[in-house]
Amino acid sequence: MTTAETNIEYEGESLKKRLDKAMFASRRRAFLLVLPLLLFVLVTFVAPVLYFLFQGFYDPTFSRIMPQTSAQLAEWDTVSEPDEAMYAALVADLVDARKAKTIGKVATRVNREKAGTRSVFTSSARKAAKLEAPFKEALIDVKKEWADPAIWEAMKTASNTWTLGYYANALDYRQNADGSYRRQDASRRVDTEVGFGDWSFTVNLGIHQLLFLRTLQISLMVTVFCLLLGYPIAYLLATLPLRTSNLLMILVLLPFWTSILVRTTSWIAMLQSQGVVNDLLVFFGVTNDDGRFSLIYNKLGTLIAMTHILLPFMVLPLFSVMKGIPPSYVRAAKSLGATNWTAFWRVYAPQTIPGIGAGAILVFIVAIGYYITPALVGGQDGQMISNFIDFHMRKSLNWNLAAGLGGVLLVIVMFLYWLYDRIVGIDNMKMG
Amino acid sequence: MKLVTKLAPAALAVSMTLGVASAAEITVVSWGGAYTKSQVEAYHKPWAAATGNTVVSEDYNGGLSEVKAQVEAGNVKWDLVDVELSDAVRGCDEGLLETLDINEMPAGDDGTAAADDFLPGTYTDCAIGTIVWSTIYAYDSSKVEGTPSSIADFFDTEKFPGKRGIRKNPKANMEMALMADGVPADEVYSVLATAEGVERALAKMDSIKDQVVWWEAGAQPPQLLADGEVVMTTAYNGRIFNAVASEDKPFEIVWDGQVWDLDLWVMPKGAPNKEAAMDFVKFSTDTKRLAAQASWISYGPVRKSSSSLVGSFHDKPDLKMDVHMPTAPSNMKNALQNDFEFWADNQDQLNEQFNAWLAK
Amino acid sequence: MSLPAYAGWGERLWYYTFRVLCGLIFLFLIAPILIVLPLSFNVEPYFSFTAGMLSFDPDAFSLRWYRDILTNGMVNPEATTGWWADVWNNAQWVRSMRNSFFIGIIATLIATALGTLAAVGLSRSEMPYKKQIMALLISPMIVPLVITAAGTFRAFSEFGLAYTHMGVILAHAVLGIPFVIITVTATLVGFDQSMVRAAYSMGAGPVRTFFKVQMPLILPGVISGALFAFITSFDEVVVVIQLASVEQRTIPRQMFSGIREQISPTILAVATVLVVISIALLTTLELLRRRSERLRGVTPA
Repeated sequence: MTTAETNIEYEGESLKKRLDKAMFASRRRAFLLVLPLLLFVLVTFVAPVLYFLFQGFYDPTFSRIMPQTSAQLAEWDTVSEPDEAMYAALVADLVDARKAKTIGKVATRVNREKAGTRSVFTSSARKAAKLEAPFKEALIDVKKEWADPAIWEAMKTASNTWTLGYYANALDYRQNADGSYRRQDASRRVDTEVGFGDWSFTVNLGIHQLLFLRTLQISLMVTVFCLLLGYPIAYLLATLPLRTSNLLMILVLLPFWTSILVRTTSWIAMLQSQGVVNDLLVFFGVTNDDGRFSLIYNKLGTLIAMTHILLPFMVLPLFSVMKGIPPSYVRAAKSLGATNWTAFWRVYAPQTIPGIGAGAILVFIVAIGYYITPALVGGQDGQMISNFIDFHMRKSLNWNLAAGLGGVLLVIVMFLYWLYDRIVGIDNMKMG
Repeated sequence: MKLVTKLAPAALAVSMTLGVASAAEITVVSWGGAYTKSQVEAYHKPWAAATGNTVVSEDYNGGLSEVKAQVEAGNVKWDLVDVELSDAVRGCDEGLLETLDINEMPAGDDGTAAADDFLPGTYTDCAIGTIVWSTIYAYDSSKVEGTPSSIADFFDTEKFPGKRGIRKNPKANMEMALMADGVPADEVYSVLATAEGVERALAKMDSIKDQVVWWEAGAQPPQLLADGEVVMTTAYNGRIFNAVASEDKPFEIVWDGQVWDLDLWVMPKGAPNKEAAMDFVKFSTDTKRLAAQASWISYGPVRKSSSSLVGSFHDKPDLKMDVHMPTAPSNMKNALQNDFEFWADNQDQLNEQFNAWLAK
Repeated sequence: MSLPAYAGWGERLWYYTFRVLCGLIFLFLIAPILIVLPLSFNVEPYFSFTAGMLSFDPDAFSLRWYRDILTNGMVNPEATTGWWADVWNNAQWVRSMRNSFFIGIIATLIATALGTLAAVGLSRSEMPYKKQIMALLISPMIVPLVITAAGTFRAFSEFGLAYTHMGVILAHAVLGIPFVIITVTATLVGFDQSMVRAAYSMGAGPVRTFFKVQMPLILPGVISGALFAFITSFDEVVVVIQLASVEQRTIPRQMFSGIREQISPTILAVATVLVVISIALLTTLELLRRRSERLRGVTPA
């Protein structure tokens, strides 16, 4: 007989042990319920996304197709004159690549580092099989570009299987052959004005930096517009009698449930130069037939359509927070002598901050990754970073750069997600 | 908007009644609109009738991206693709395309071997040419006062005010901008190969940038003109010709500074119906078929033996086609052939610079 | 928030201004959806109201774009026999519609089955790492679609799933999961766990308990989660652009290229059909919500 706690036995086991066992069993039961979905999401979503982002760091094209040259390049100090051994390795690889019909891949890869080198590779490969030692002279004879150390530097950069080059490129920095970084060429940078009115200043940005900045700017503007438009109607819906508010709620939910493509199409019908809005403006004499406004296929079109599409994401969380604020608080404030404004601003508004936070972050998160609407109505200055990722995925076929851009975007989004969790809590997310 | 057109005359009826589907079905991908229609009428329908096979016709907007994606995904859906020369060369280099042997193509109607009957440079290791087409600019004569006649007029919004339509792509635009800026056609690519040349082209385009409506699909420019969204637009010459010929639109083509190119058949590596597709290539590039296509759209056949057979528009016997071809001598006075090697080399860089310029 | 009788003129002015303001915002929300309805009956191939339409001239309206939905892509629109079979097999929009429903329904079934099960587990207090797992399961809703599309495309290519129905279905199922998790866990928040214990103590096994006790109560949540999952798939275009070939082309995909390439009022007719579908879904959802409130004893004030 020892102490009471461990003493209690039941069917030969201590109660604590049995309780632990039971707890473990129920934890396991709960976990097993979640497990199928967890595996499903890991396999069909998490792994693919990581696999894609990983390609921003990993590009074996050059080293796989040009193994001998890569080995030589690894030894090269990037400063001294390329020697005969390097040229010999290059010729051998060119012959193999030509045979395997993979020379185009190598050429494309190096062309990313140094434009204009593509045809140097393809045309030299065509003649490589007939070349004889000394290969240095022979190759330079075929294409004088081979004497230029720059093409060797480009190859050295391309020969790195593991590289930070694509992520650097996503931020408009280029990798040098010796591993250092330089800014993107001036021809691919633009001067942009940042800020508003007197507070603006000019910065020289690369195209990706500019697009990230613009994406953030458009998302921020959409969020602000959604808040400005969403707050009043959420307030109205929360304070009206249930029957009326349920009816009006349909006006918020119907757009929410209507296809984004449908809504984008309607905005085109409304805003195009022969569209409904311009027709009305002409009819009311705001403008004449020749002075129709460009409301779509530009940034304005993107802003209007995106605000419309994301407005329900703002109204719904605001509404559910406002619904929970007892009207007696405002009445109490007023009875204590507060004016309407003071009662609203000092008593009501602070209580809606969680709703504002939830709505604003949600809208911002969805806006920042937006693709369809800018693609369809964005014209030239309403494009966002997602459109660029898509461009590299489906048009320029630089999947590695797409991964780099995607990685940067994802880091921003994940930060916002974390913020959302801190402020609202993921388990407090609600739908319609 | 025809994305998939199924053609199965006799074959469909047979397989429906007998309940068997023995005939092949090939997927042929092209540029859509009036151009695809010309191919459907001149190639697909007669081929389907002759062989009992089916052609599924799909549209795309050019480029190798889908082909590359399918080949690398190991799940090729397309049998034949109608591509520009630069893409044909690039695709071949990257091992994305099957080899197509010119010697397997039928001889010309006059007995000339295919290799001699095709115009020089209109076939490669992986591609068989079909037509010569051109990027030109066209205007709506009911909206433009005066008669634009030179490529410089397109960039002159003071002389000819109104919105301009331009393809959202540096190809052909950079060349046109330089020619409008006074660069002779034969020097365009050597100028464009320099950083200053690119700057110069972009600066020329800058002068009309705020007036530009960008288009992406070949079917868009006639639509933009018809809707009054633009008064002048660059376009593929056949699209404008068809809008005029079939819909009586008041559009005029300006040939000065045209940039011409080839369209060729290529077969993605691992195409699912190689044999039937190969048969289709042979069928569609024979002398008669190429000439027949020219009666549906104003693109010139690449076989020497076809040119004498080119007659008039399919439903308008008075409308002779030859003067509307990009290759007609009167249209070639100041013309430039698209330099596929230049674009294969500089496409990525110029795309980036063009995008940076667009985003400005 | 009715206006009290003692309100001053300033308050009255504000009261009405506020209402007008809200009215305008509601108009902004709903006008674009309503505008497509009349425009889709336009006899002209334009996106704008013609003079005839404004004067209600019957000749200015037609069903031609709805006919176009059925006939575009048909082998033989003039045929007298087998017309509907031709529509069913070959008309582009009809094929896209079939793809949309097929992909949407199967993706919804997968998302709902796995999601409901997981939500039941997640709502148990003894669930380990609840917060982290929840964050992971909701992330498909947060990660930008372009990244999801690129990732699934690259990875699915390795397993031959790109350009297949299965690939699109799997990707869409993942996108629907967060909605199922959120709605089902929300209904489970008010769920009284003692009912499960009661069922156990009366000898019911876990499966029986789930279907007889929990399921009827969370059913409205499950169905609305399923509806969300369905509409997510039904409306999704970014992943389809990347992952689908013409055989898997869905309605939004078809609309996307239609808008980019050749705008014709057929798109407006399709849009109208889709609006009607959304109204049907919304009504179902609203009825479910009421039923759920009744069941849980919440009565509307």
